[in-house]
Amino acid sequence: MVARVQLPKTAARGEVISVRIAIQHPMETGFRFDVSGRAIPKNVINTLIVRYNNVEVFRAEMGSGVAANPLLQFYTVAEASGEFVFEWVDDAGQRGEERATLTV
Amino acid sequence: MPNRRHFLVILSGAWALTAGLARGQADPLAPLIRDITGGATLSSGRVKVDTPRLADNGHSVPMKLTVESPMTAADHVRSITLLSPRNPRPLIAKFSLGPRAGRAEIVTRVRLNGTQTVLAIAQLSDGTFWSGTAEVEVTESACLDAG
Repeated sequence: MVARVQLPKTAARGEVISVRIAIQHPMETGFRFDVSGRAIPKNVINTLIVRYNNVEVFRAEMGSGVAANPLLQFYTVAEASGEFVFEWVDDAGQRGEERATLTV
Repeated sequence: MPNRRHFLVILSGAWALTAGLARGQADPLAPLIRDITGGATLSSGRVKVDTPRLADNGHSVPMKLTVESPMTAADHVRSITLLSPRNPRPLIAKFSLGPRAGRAEIVTRVRLNGTQTVLAIAQLSDGTFWSGTAEVEVTESACLDAG
């Protein structure tokens, strides 16, 4: 799964920074049918967890109401230089991971 | 004239059905709200849902959820839940955050099955629940198959 993470490269200590992630995923609702009339099973990214230096700072539990190629933007306080780890899993059990570093 | 009578019966049936649905429109979220708050009172205010008043495509409607909160260790937002009264699955998403967020604001894009008033519920660290709504007019619904 392809994903794009956007956050500043550097920040001042205590600064509130914006973090954005866009993941390429159909977020299948389970209500659609393919060309032969078979129902396409529901498959959405149900959980996304963001850890900043191993501390969870954001979690999203999503359903089929989130648009395809989900985009999420949130904020966090730049406390120390380190790594952001974004981890997600979809209904099919497929996992994805993306990392980004921040210098404070 | 059995045909005409038949037609009228169907018509009145359809009317009764839509009227019934319209009456029940405030209800579909009630059990979910109870699940979220656990029976605690849900006050309105402090939560702002920013979205275009008119969304011409229900497949992807931008939403910005903002909660008035100092976001300190003592007073912060624990979670924000977004609900839709008309989607086949009313629970759109639940976002968990904490004092490290610095600012209680989340931006995402959602699917909406028709014109409706979406509801966002925030749980604060003191255990209170606050809500905000936004009315969105959707000209092209997200799920035509699901109804």
